[in-house]
Amino acid sequence: MKRFWAWGALIFGLLYFLLPLIGMTNFSLKMRRGVYSFDAYAVVLSDPRFQETFTYSVVMALFTIAFGVLLVVPTAYWIRLKLPGLRPYVEFVTLLPLVIPAIVIVFGYIRLYNTSSWLPLTGSVTGTNILLMFGYATLALPYMYRSVDTGLRAIDIATLTEAAQSLGAGWTTILAKIILPNVLVAVLSGAFLTFAIVIGEFTMAALLNRPAFGPYMQLLGANRAYEPAALAVIAFGITWGCLGLIQLVSRLQKGAQSPA
Amino acid sequence: MSFLTLTSLQKSFGTVQVVKDFNMSIEKGEFISFLGPSGCGKTTVLRMIAGFETPSGGTITINGKSQANLRPNQRNIGMVFQAYALFPNMNVAENVAFGLKVAGRPKAEIDARVKEMLGLIKLDHLADRYPYQMSGGQQQRVALARALAPKPQVLLLDEPLSALDAKIRVSLREEIRMIQQQLGITTVFVTHDQEEALSISDRIVVMNAGRADQIGTPADIYNRPATRFVANFVGTLNLIEAKVVDPASHRVSIGDQGVTLREPLGDVKVGDTISLALRPEAGSIMPDAKGDTALSGDVVSTNFLGSVIRTRMKVGESVISFDMFNSPGLVPPVVGETVTLHFVASDLLIIRD
Repeated sequence: MKRFWAWGALIFGLLYFLLPLIGMTNFSLKMRRGVYSFDAYAVVLSDPRFQETFTYSVVMALFTIAFGVLLVVPTAYWIRLKLPGLRPYVEFVTLLPLVIPAIVIVFGYIRLYNTSSWLPLTGSVTGTNILLMFGYATLALPYMYRSVDTGLRAIDIATLTEAAQSLGAGWTTILAKIILPNVLVAVLSGAFLTFAIVIGEFTMAALLNRPAFGPYMQLLGANRAYEPAALAVIAFGITWGCLGLIQLVSRLQKGAQSPA
Repeated sequence: MSFLTLTSLQKSFGTVQVVKDFNMSIEKGEFISFLGPSGCGKTTVLRMIAGFETPSGGTITINGKSQANLRPNQRNIGMVFQAYALFPNMNVAENVAFGLKVAGRPKAEIDARVKEMLGLIKLDHLADRYPYQMSGGQQQRVALARALAPKPQVLLLDEPLSALDAKIRVSLREEIRMIQQQLGITTVFVTHDQEEALSISDRIVVMNAGRADQIGTPADIYNRPATRFVANFVGTLNLIEAKVVDPASHRVSIGDQGVTLREPLGDVKVGDTISLALRPEAGSIMPDAKGDTALSGDVVSTNFLGSVIRTRMKVGESVISFDMFNSPGLVPPVVGETVTLHFVASDLLIIRD
């Protein structure tokens, strides 16, 4: 009887998640009347705005990941090594983006960095891009910090640091050659989550008026019938691809570190 | 002038003073062990030498140069840790080469030195292995090679054998001593294992509550413990309470039996109680023994320990243990039997706290 309910719950869950996806995928393939076709996908993929916005978001995601790694890895390392008492406070700060809506953050940015402020970042395209990257990094902070912190917990950073110091290494060498390679899987997990967040993010990009993939999806959804469904399937594919890569690198790492 | 000098070294964590006025001079090429129980401050002294802890007071000089303003990575000190601390992302050769790469040595020199070091620890065939693919003993040998590769001026070993099983510990400690003598490197070894310290050191520092209770050769420490703590901590020792009978002739009584000691009793008067020490292996049963080098008592227990049989006898208020080498023909004394223990007068030591 127990087994029956377990299977029942599993099937219900699968149907709950999969049916809308199947429906959406099915709809995205029905652009040509009466037959299944990839016409909607062809239209989306050949749209220059798709290529432009997707490329923009991918580039922004890469910059955000680089910035996030440079910000989070040394911070999490230093907190664990020298300031463990501050860890709960830093964790609290990194969780704030989960409770403060993106719209509040972006309005704060606009207010602080508008053209009449002391640092007018919104006055230029590059400045706005930098501001957007900071915004993305803030949104991804809870995931990136937790990933890296978990990775650091798995290694004895204090002893490894002292071993490297006794061999003449300075802080930069220790971070680049010892710490980062040993938390690489955790960093990659955070990086893929950051990538997925940046690709789908709408609010910040729209309010800072940047040609990102999120606003493009919204725009397409408001004006077309089949293409938004195709675009949603593509976005799902990208997100699932990222999650699959996290699983893959985690497994590879586990395999590499299993005892002899 | 000594190679490594620690002068009035002190360290406090908050209100707790863990190292108190520690003084020590170590000659070039010497192998020194810091021996003591957990929390006695031995690792803290080692970490201050390495630069990982800043002394609250005192100075550290190596080869005449003060280490006060030098960071750990500027001291040229090799260190081996209890937890091996090999870099998991690097193979054996890369681990050994790390210090040389950081120092910017030419590739040819690095390759030659790595080969030499791996030859020294007899692990040349494992150069491509990663730490997780090796046993604890192998990892610790690699850690030793890594620490030695940049030719440090001092080698620090922080309980390097504690995580290994008994057999490996014995073979690796002999290997460490052999390599140390071969390279002539000044070495400080921290351990809480007296056998380790006694077997491989030129000198031992017995530490107690942040101070050096005694500094001496292994034979000195074992045979002539300076304090009650050293006597208790190093080896097994009988502590015997005795009453002063005549300070001038060094005469004391243990229970109702009189004994004359070799050394002066010090500032004591008749009737005072003093502590005497006698190693279990220093006594033997000799039924006809009499006089100042014999004590009689009733056997309270006999324990078979393999190579020796340890017997405990009661003399006055003290219980004295003594060991007999096991042999097939030996008949150990039985509980309740009265035996006479003979010893050499110089083995009965006065313990001054």
